[in-house]
Amino acid sequence: MKIDKESIMQSTTGTDLETQIAFRNFNFYYGKYKALRNINLDIYKRRVTAFIGPSGCGKSTLLRTINRMYELYPDQHSEGELLLDGVDILGKGTDLNALRARIGMVFQKPTPFPMSIYDNIAFGVKLHERLSRVDMDDRVEWSLRKAALWNEVADKLNQSGMSLSGGQQQRLCIARGIAVKPQVLLLDEPTSALDPISTMRIEELVSELKDEFTIVIVTHNMQQAARVSDFTAYMYLGELVEVGRTDDVFIKPTDKRTEDYITGRFG
Amino acid sequence: MSTAVSLGRIRKLKNALALTIAMIAMLFGLFWLIWILATTVELGVASFSWRLFTEMTPPPGSEGGGLANAIAGSLILISLATIVGTPIGIFAGVYLAEYGKHTWLGHTTRFVNDLLLSAPSIIIGLFVYDIYVARVGHFSAMSGVVALALIVIPVVVRTTENMLQLVPNTLREAASALGAPRWAVIGKVTLKASLAGIMTGIMLAVARISGETAPLLFTSLSNQFWTLDMNKPMASLPATIFKFAMSPFKEWQQLAWAGVFLITLGVLTLNILARILFRNKHKQ
Ligand SMILES: Nc1ncnc2c1ncn2[C@@H]1O[C@H](COP(=O)(O)OP(=O)(O)O)[C@@H](O)[C@H]1O
Ligand SMILES: [Mg+2]
Repeated sequence: MKIDKESIMQSTTGTDLETQIAFRNFNFYYGKYKALRNINLDIYKRRVTAFIGPSGCGKSTLLRTINRMYELYPDQHSEGELLLDGVDILGKGTDLNALRARIGMVFQKPTPFPMSIYDNIAFGVKLHERLSRVDMDDRVEWSLRKAALWNEVADKLNQSGMSLSGGQQQRLCIARGIAVKPQVLLLDEPTSALDPISTMRIEELVSELKDEFTIVIVTHNMQQAARVSDFTAYMYLGELVEVGRTDDVFIKPTDKRTEDYITGRFG
Repeated sequence: MSTAVSLGRIRKLKNALALTIAMIAMLFGLFWLIWILATTVELGVASFSWRLFTEMTPPPGSEGGGLANAIAGSLILISLATIVGTPIGIFAGVYLAEYGKHTWLGHTTRFVNDLLLSAPSIIIGLFVYDIYVARVGHFSAMSGVVALALIVIPVVVRTTENMLQLVPNTLREAASALGAPRWAVIGKVTLKASLAGIMTGIMLAVARISGETAPLLFTSLSNQFWTLDMNKPMASLPATIFKFAMSPFKEWQQLAWAGVFLITLGVLTLNILARILFRNKHKQ
């Protein structure tokens, strides 16, 4: 497929778009199985980009390449180019831990660490910065406020992160990611394990956070994509079928397959 | 409709049958357990006195005496074996679960560890006798520590590996995603997540070696006197119980029961302590 970057740029009035992440002729393999085919995609700075598509189409796979999560598994590998701020990050020379400090990730199920709420957040910060106790306290509060969790946990920072409710745990995970001060936040179906109210809070949070972070969110919920994202990428069977402004993709999709999916004919 | 009803009835019947068998099996097991415990407590309490902790093991046929040297010996042997065996076991378990999962070395280590785990302890005793005791030419407490540590290690390796395997991969991914190097992911997250389980494994290992007799008969042997010299034979509760219980002397037999009672009490305390200390405080 072709991405008409020019037309996207032109349709933007007032604000300019800056590419933060770019996939170029990108392929991905689980062993011999080719899970992503020739992906070309731009993700813009301080915008929310949603990956949608039927289950198994490769949304998570694509998301997990951005912080090279797949490196944990020796049989998985990628081909092509993946640029972060114009620099190819797929090379052997890339410092993975430094890369991941720039790219936060939140998973489908909340993943609080078996430690206190405070330490859950301090854990990541300590890996990259040496902060005094006071500065660390400030950072913890800052990130918890950003994740709209501060009011609920301010008086129990020493309690286990695992004692929180599912929705709170997920916001703790977001706070933990933000605390490292990344440029990009990757969210893989962050609300699929949550109740409607927690889901709403996370969606509001995403809208607030995009002022500071580039956000990529995987969702199988099209209403969610429509609500929170500026750009939407529709994937199908490991291919990127269509990408564009969310309104355009939802109102006048150019590809028949996108239209079928969005109108609920399959998926 | 009628088939559904009869299917439901069969299911209920099967359920009742399974439940009954399970109950009978449980009661059968419980029966013996309680009998053993009751005998131990009855005979143990009868021969219990504070003398046990203050007086040395008596010569045959004499009145009085205690188990002080055997108790101290057991404590020393068990603590040292645990201190030596636990770190080795944890590191090896971490290697198996986190690094060498699918490597040749990993598979081989796991296989050998399973062999060690199921090896009768008398073999371990003989082995240590052969490589240590026979070479230095005399029994010693240190060789007893080696033998007990060799029993601790496979238990700890196995539990560590199993407990780490129970940690969901998403937790490892979440830590890695923050830019944590491998050692930090393991040391600060996955090991912490499985701490309660690993501690339980260590407690089990300690409980297991507290009653081991066979390996000690070939290594630390026994000592009628008080000693802290690791190069000399050292008394221990199991070896003393073995010697005293087999003897024709009434006093020795009573002391043996007191020893059995002490070991049981120790293991019980250990188990309760483990439960209280490591009650999974991070679970909801
Ligand atoms: N660890 C894995 N090993 C092998 N194949 C995988 C693995 N994870 C995902 N896949 C396959 O890759 C494809 C894309 O999966 P995924 O990215 O998880 O889809 P989505 O997130 O869109 O539901 C699917 O066909 C899936 O079966
Ligand atoms: Mg997915």
